[in-house]
Amino acid sequence: MSGLKTNNRAVKWLDSRLPIVSTMNHHLVDYPAPRNLNYLWNFGSLAGIVLVVMIVTGILLAMQYTPHVDHAFDSVERIMRDVNYGWLVRYIHMNGASFFFIVVYAHMLRGLYYGSYKAPREVLWGLGVIILLLMMATAFMGYVLPWGQMSFWGATVITNLFSAIPWGIGDALVTWLWGGFSVDNPTLNRFFALHYLLPFVIVAVVFLHLWALHAFGSNNPLGIDAKGPQDKIPFHPYYTVKDMFGLGVFLIIFAAFVFYAPNYMGHPDNYIEANPLVTPAHIVPEWYFLPFYAMLRAITFDISIPFTGIVLIEAKLGGVLVMFGSIILLFFLPWLDSSPVRSARFRPLYKQFFWLLVIAAVVLGYVGAMPPEQPWVTVGQIATAYYFIHFLIILPLLSKLERPKPLPASISEPVLRSGNQSTEKA
Amino acid sequence: MKKLAIIAAAAAFLGLAQAPTVQAAEEVEIPSRDWSFDGLFGTFDRAKQQRGLQVYREVCAACHGLRLVSFRNLADLGYNEEEIRTIAADYQVEDGPDGDGEMFMRDGSASDRFPPPFANENAARAANGGAYPPDLSLITKARADGSNYLYHLLTGYQDPPADVEMMDGMYYNAYFPGHQIAMAPPLMEGVVDYADGTPATVSQMAEDVTYFLTWAAEPHMEARKIMGMKVILFLLIFTGLLYAVKRKIWADLH
Repeated sequence: MSGLKTNNRAVKWLDSRLPIVSTMNHHLVDYPAPRNLNYLWNFGSLAGIVLVVMIVTGILLAMQYTPHVDHAFDSVERIMRDVNYGWLVRYIHMNGASFFFIVVYAHMLRGLYYGSYKAPREVLWGLGVIILLLMMATAFMGYVLPWGQMSFWGATVITNLFSAIPWGIGDALVTWLWGGFSVDNPTLNRFFALHYLLPFVIVAVVFLHLWALHAFGSNNPLGIDAKGPQDKIPFHPYYTVKDMFGLGVFLIIFAAFVFYAPNYMGHPDNYIEANPLVTPAHIVPEWYFLPFYAMLRAITFDISIPFTGIVLIEAKLGGVLVMFGSIILLFFLPWLDSSPVRSARFRPLYKQFFWLLVIAAVVLGYVGAMPPEQPWVTVGQIATAYYFIHFLIILPLLSKLERPKPLPASISEPVLRSGNQSTEKA
Repeated sequence: MKKLAIIAAAAAFLGLAQAPTVQAAEEVEIPSRDWSFDGLFGTFDRAKQQRGLQVYREVCAACHGLRLVSFRNLADLGYNEEEIRTIAADYQVEDGPDGDGEMFMRDGSASDRFPPPFANENAARAANGGAYPPDLSLITKARADGSNYLYHLLTGYQDPPADVEMMDGMYYNAYFPGHQIAMAPPLMEGVVDYADGTPATVSQMAEDVTYFLTWAAEPHMEARKIMGMKVILFLLIFTGLLYAVKRKIWADLH
């Protein structure tokens, strides 16, 4: 590769045999990035760093953890009490899971707002949705490992969802997933094995995600393509230093939780050892699953053919389909929203519906934490309906009906015109 | 400013997501007390912890275990090795098998954990009218707002209101979920005789044992908060420097 300039003979020798140095130089140093990326573009690299932190702390924890129903809870407490700085490693891992989701949700919302999923970045977006699904599976299984009450009952509720699959498959599938007739030692063992495996699968998909990203480069707040070299700047030093600064801000907030409110995002019941004979008063998942949990519980009615009483989809299966459908839907987003304009900054109507979607997601999160009683059931149903209407009806209609504002001629035009002022007013 | 807005939004979202969970788990509002271990610089109080240990040993330990705490951990409370050996030796611990294959009892040592009050759950239930006294090692973390909850539970015994029908063998407690608790009021004025001469009122004993059990649930809290202060101070300076570097590097673009 031509970009690498070095007089170091060892580097030249290695690079001519394995062009690893020039490839890294190409993707991390010289890599041209739009000059107008705002701080919302920090969340991508931040997610990568959090993934590494989770893998490192996770491996350290695995060295001290025992995946057995009789020892798991106590082995975690041994980490908290007797292992040197075990409390630190465990609190980083525990809160890191929550912060991973905060960062990734921010990353996704940025993509939604600025239309980063649109052509030619559909595959990039789809790989991101795969990463989200892998993260959810990993987080769910990781939460089971401390073998507290919420671990056990959360695992019971979620694995039981698969029993909603009809044609006699469901129950057999659940037994197969459990490795027995309830969540028990075989379940804990395989969840540990998979919880160790999946993060490395995530790393692999992250590489594909970056590969797809670097095929066309980053989108930007204006959502228009770069017109020439004046629209781009090298990744290093401009975005390396900007990402480092963002990382510092992130770490301050993260440290505040790890050191001063380490159990704020957890549930007290998970400090009670799992007991299959005692069901907690309210089984709630971790906060990052609450919107999806609310969608699962929103379908409280069977779907049947009118006037015949023939049930097509039972309520339980309906809830499961809606919950998984809410994520599967995201794969089709690039085709549901066919407006050629990417950034919400030039789409006045889309911008409003975007914020409605955010409100619906927050409302769903709130409903997911409440007991399944009125008025929360109805509120959850309305918010769930909006979520699907947003993607399936509003976006396709907007693509046809909305009149976008005029786009700037190039990235550098408004940047240079506004001088030192921030161009970010969205 | 934008970043602040993002942080605020994230914090608000967390707050929203968290608040109802806590609300759903509690049926009674638990008042907050001032604890020395609250706040950024919070520390435990050695005298209160030591008195709390005495309350645990002389009152709670009759029914409640403390299975995750070792005698050696009591060094955190300010006891020296000799004192810890003396405390441990008050307990009989099952050991073995010996050369003949027999289990035997011996005095506790510093490395032993607090022995359980009952051989197993069934024995505990049989001795307590069917109720199972929970282990107290993690009790302040296993209940929402645990330290406040524990103090108010211990001081919250009352005569039941006229309209409440009490079940057999249950006691009315203002703070227990459902208000009917199988544990008889454990603390009576003067039930322990404090070595330091502190009057053993119910409120004093409840406070002391809460200090002890909050430590038992989170023994590294002081180290955690001290380290947090150093880490965050470092990060503030480091991030400030990074911001200056970022401004400098980006200056030539505008």
